[in-house]
Amino acid sequence: MSTIILFAPLVGALVCGFGWRLIGEAAACWLATALLGLAAVLSWAVFLGLGPETQHVELLRWIQSGTLDSAWSIRLDRLTAIMLIVINTVSALVHLYSVGYMAHDENFHHGESYRPRFFAYLSLFTFAMLMLVTGDNLLQIFFGWEGVGLASYLLIGFYFRKPSANAAQIKAFVVNRVGDFAFLLGIFALYFLTDSIRLDDIFAAVGELATTQITFAWSTFNAAELVAFLLFFGAMGKSAQLFLHTWLPDAMEGPTPVSALIHAATMVTAGVFLLCRMSPLYEVAPYAKNFILYVGAATAFFAATVGLVQNDIKRVIAYSTCSQLGYMFVAAGAGIYGAAMFHLFTHAFFKAMLFLGAGSVIHATHHEQDMRNYGGLRKHIPYTFWAMVIGTLAITGVGIPLTYIGFAGFLSKDAIIETAWASGNGFAFWALVIAACFTAFYSWRLIFLTFFGAPRWGQAEHAHDPHAFVPADATGSAPLVGTEATPHGHDDHGHHHVPHESPAVMLIPLGVLALGAVFAGMIWHNQFFGDHARMVSFFGMPEHHAEESSEARAGDGEPEPIAEAGATPAEAADEHGAASEAAPEEATAVPGEEANPLVPELGGAIAMNEASNEVLEAAHASPAWVKVSPFLAMLIGTALAYLFYIRRPDLPGRIAATNRPLYEFLLNKWYFDEIYDFVFVRPAVAIGRFLWRRGDGTVIDGTINGVAMGIVPTLTRAVNRAQSGYVFHYAFAMVIGIALILTWFTITGGAE
Amino acid sequence: MLLSLVTFLPTLGALALLLLRGDDAASRRNAKWIAFATTVITFVASLFILGRFDAANPGFQLVEDREWLLGLRYKLGVDGISVLFVLLTTFLMPLVIASAWDVEHRLKEYMIAFLLLETLMIGVFVALDLVLFYLFFEGSLIPMFLIIGIWGGSNRIYAAFKFFLYTFLGSLFMLVAMVVMFAQAGTTDIPTLMAFDFSTAPFNILNIQVVGGLQTMLFIAFFASFAVKMPMWPVHTWLPDAHVQAPTAGSVVLAAILLKMGGYGFLRFSLPMFPVGSEVMAPLVLWLSAIAVVYGSLVALVQTDMKKLVAYSSVAHMGFVTMGIFAANQQGVDGAVFQMLSHGFISGALFLIVGVIYDRMHTREIAAYGGLMNRMPAYAAVFLLFTMGNVGLPGTSGFVGEFLTMAGTFQVNTWVVAVACTGVILSASYALWLYRRVALGPLVNTALRGITDMTGREKAIFAPLVVMTILLGVYPSLVTDIVGPAAEAMLVPVHEAQAAFGVEPQVAQVEEGAAE
Repeated sequence: MSTIILFAPLVGALVCGFGWRLIGEAAACWLATALLGLAAVLSWAVFLGLGPETQHVELLRWIQSGTLDSAWSIRLDRLTAIMLIVINTVSALVHLYSVGYMAHDENFHHGESYRPRFFAYLSLFTFAMLMLVTGDNLLQIFFGWEGVGLASYLLIGFYFRKPSANAAQIKAFVVNRVGDFAFLLGIFALYFLTDSIRLDDIFAAVGELATTQITFAWSTFNAAELVAFLLFFGAMGKSAQLFLHTWLPDAMEGPTPVSALIHAATMVTAGVFLLCRMSPLYEVAPYAKNFILYVGAATAFFAATVGLVQNDIKRVIAYSTCSQLGYMFVAAGAGIYGAAMFHLFTHAFFKAMLFLGAGSVIHATHHEQDMRNYGGLRKHIPYTFWAMVIGTLAITGVGIPLTYIGFAGFLSKDAIIETAWASGNGFAFWALVIAACFTAFYSWRLIFLTFFGAPRWGQAEHAHDPHAFVPADATGSAPLVGTEATPHGHDDHGHHHVPHESPAVMLIPLGVLALGAVFAGMIWHNQFFGDHARMVSFFGMPEHHAEESSEARAGDGEPEPIAEAGATPAEAADEHGAASEAAPEEATAVPGEEANPLVPELGGAIAMNEASNEVLEAAHASPAWVKVSPFLAMLIGTALAYLFYIRRPDLPGRIAATNRPLYEFLLNKWYFDEIYDFVFVRPAVAIGRFLWRRGDGTVIDGTINGVAMGIVPTLTRAVNRAQSGYVFHYAFAMVIGIALILTWFTITGGAE
Repeated sequence: MLLSLVTFLPTLGALALLLLRGDDAASRRNAKWIAFATTVITFVASLFILGRFDAANPGFQLVEDREWLLGLRYKLGVDGISVLFVLLTTFLMPLVIASAWDVEHRLKEYMIAFLLLETLMIGVFVALDLVLFYLFFEGSLIPMFLIIGIWGGSNRIYAAFKFFLYTFLGSLFMLVAMVVMFAQAGTTDIPTLMAFDFSTAPFNILNIQVVGGLQTMLFIAFFASFAVKMPMWPVHTWLPDAHVQAPTAGSVVLAAILLKMGGYGFLRFSLPMFPVGSEVMAPLVLWLSAIAVVYGSLVALVQTDMKKLVAYSSVAHMGFVTMGIFAANQQGVDGAVFQMLSHGFISGALFLIVGVIYDRMHTREIAAYGGLMNRMPAYAAVFLLFTMGNVGLPGTSGFVGEFLTMAGTFQVNTWVVAVACTGVILSASYALWLYRRVALGPLVNTALRGITDMTGREKAIFAPLVVMTILLGVYPSLVTDIVGPAAEAMLVPVHEAQAAFGVEPQVAQVEEGAAE
């Protein structure tokens, strides 16, 4: 069954990519959609019927060289199963949605075939993502990792005539490659240290890694910390964390369904998945975990601030995604991988829905993306409006405080904020609470600007992109969807369109995702985070450990924010040092199982050591003010947005005017792009030019040509006289040379 | 007999062409078909080599050994390292001939040059005698020199001489070293030489003590020849010039096969015959390799000529090869061979890709293109695939070699890998940027309005390359199963010799239990 799930999208991609001429465009697109639907249904079956033990399926040998042994294989455990349903559900819905969304696209000529290509890319992406999450060794994960990068590259640049899309696609690939550079080094280091790249072998060796030092480049590091850091840098690239986030907003150049699938629900969460997958390793790397906590919190805060002032509807949601990914990393950094996966899971539903809703708005307004040209759309596209509102309620975390009743985001985000508090990291906690306030503000700002107020699309003469090839009449192109209520032509450029509701194929996915956004949190809260015992069985973690731990903690009266067994890095390092001193160096096959408290028990889809379990207990027992704080932050943000954009629409402009530098700073995304361009891009090109002109030209050629090849002009002249003759001279000289050597050999008789 | 047959079949074809008279259209067509048929038959014959080759046996197979002139021996054979290079050559030559289909100028001679070149190239990979190897190795210069010098671009004379003199001067050192080897070992038989222990006693030259003694000196002499051939930084500058001036088919052969002679030479001579010399020189070679990766990539970034860009990317990719070879472990050597084969397909294809549009527009300036996807979707798709192969995307053959060589080198020197690994970022930058400037964006240049997509012949040339690039990326065991045993058998004595010499094998240090 897992094999069918894995390869159905690949079949869809191949059919759409190469076979569409045989069966027709519409048939190919529908086939890909149907295959994804099948994969989604099977994924749910796998998820619901999953046993506690990890299953391995080997499909084909892959790179094998000496002890380096990898295979194409499927690893099926709870973590994989969660990702399977997220990926396939969202992907199937996005495929369906795209049937409507891509039916007409004014970026292409009349009669030009682009739809099968789009569906091929979408299915290819899904396949790569599935390869990533089912990987049983790091190499296959890396294959999926780069494969989704390729699909993302192709889809961001889908409108290949737009220079901005071309630039964005390269940026996405190259910035991701910066992360992949570190990821690769991490794989090499792990192979070097454990002589294997299979996950199970690596997990079995984490105890050893924790007490091993490795010399890497300029210094000596703790092996586990080094590898954990390297892999996390990889995750930062893919998940657009601070410093490597710059590609994500630009990635919005792709068609909107792409943003929903790749740049919100699935690909960008691969970094979070990687951390959870490698949880046994991260449990023995307290410094790396602490670093993740800071980076995640900083990203959540940074992205939220930038989201406050963006005007492009998709960029607001993109920064929101970036921010929410920061939340997930905070949970992972605290060791509560369940909470990270929980937010990943719920976020996939509501963020995909927000993007698809935004796509519906864009579709309705004929590719207008600037929120300043929206307004009052509520009455024209009511279904989209309600879907967006549900998504916003979910992302801002609306629910009943101190209960477990609320929209999906209410449960998962609050779980992370409680985790942040329990980890004892004040910065992370406050950064997330403030970010929650900002989240509410920008999310409602989006709703108010788009759906409320006076319609601005009627007044503003919004400029359409001057496309190189504007179709003279696109209405004649065969509509892919028969259900479309108001077939709209694009021949009326320059007129003002009346926004229209999207067709049913676009609204159904919104409805399904809305269900997830409302209920996913409440249904699975206990399994992912809320109830320790159920979490243990859900993730298949070793049973006794948890019981013992919860018993031990049961007597603890006041929950301490800082778990005493080494949740802070300093203490942990002390413990860790002491433990390794205590453990005889080559004592056992599994050194440190008893001695090193950082080493978690293996066997589950995720692993949590003593310290992480204590953080979890502390999070469960966090005081009421902590539990209520994100709700209050959300209320403040919502109220401010209401004030700014409904009650006093003049306020935003005035505040922006009085705080010009701050506004510019945020609007320009903290000037990251400009700084990177100055620090990396220009110097690279300048150095390249210098090396070419000076290095190759002057130094190397100058020296060699000048000194050794001063004879060339002479020879050239000789050759001009007898062009081919020279070569025969050479051949002749060679033969004579060999003859001389042979003669010498014969005379001396060699050494014999 | 089989090896001789495969080696000299192309020569037979060339002789047949010599008999062809006239220069009218009909005889030109005949010349093309004779050349094409010859290369196809050679390829089919070479498949029998693979069929009779036993991958589990690490020694030399299909050996032919007979008396030759002046007491020398004519000895051929293949092992796991060389057999795939033979196949690479025979596989690519029909495609090369097909790509030269529309050449008008002295077509018959052009075909003869390529057929002779094929014999010489196969000969390099199958020769098991020092003198025979030298003859093939040096002889292959002549047809290539002619191909560049007669059928090349406007500045072909300069490029041809630069190519010729660089490689020839390097080889002189090798010739001297070969004489010394014969004097020492008393034989020119390569398998015997591989087992022979050359002296490692240190001696002084100009008051500088040479660690590793004679082995180091011999290593350096061979290195001078192979490093130029590779080409390694800083003796790579002949390559961009030669590529730019060479006709498309010449560039393909140069990049795909001729460069591999350098890497093959390192694997056949330098490492197994002079293990101590290799060990002494390895840090230098590894660093030169890492520099080649970064330098080649950065310079590729700023090129305005497509062929130069691909040529510099070849320099970068060959850096991985030398790095893997002198990491001297299983992954390194497997990866190096794999990288060479994969580079044969990918860089060959990239030069063909440049050739496709050069044939139509007669310029290689990147700025003259843009938006080709509008008019040439099939071309853009093929170009994208090989761009991704060049970038080293997993799933294409380009990834496997890079991954293995770096995994192998990491066990020897982490710094070098950290530097070389930046190649994954830089290669993405230059390759995708090239693709963007050529294939994407709006079709601005009006001269491109009438450009046509690939013809059936062009598609047929690319199809086998596409298949190989993906097949080897998905199932690399096809190669590693053959290379692995031979590499292992070669490395065991190398490691023994290095251990006996007492040079600390350079290994990144791991200390157990030393928590800070």
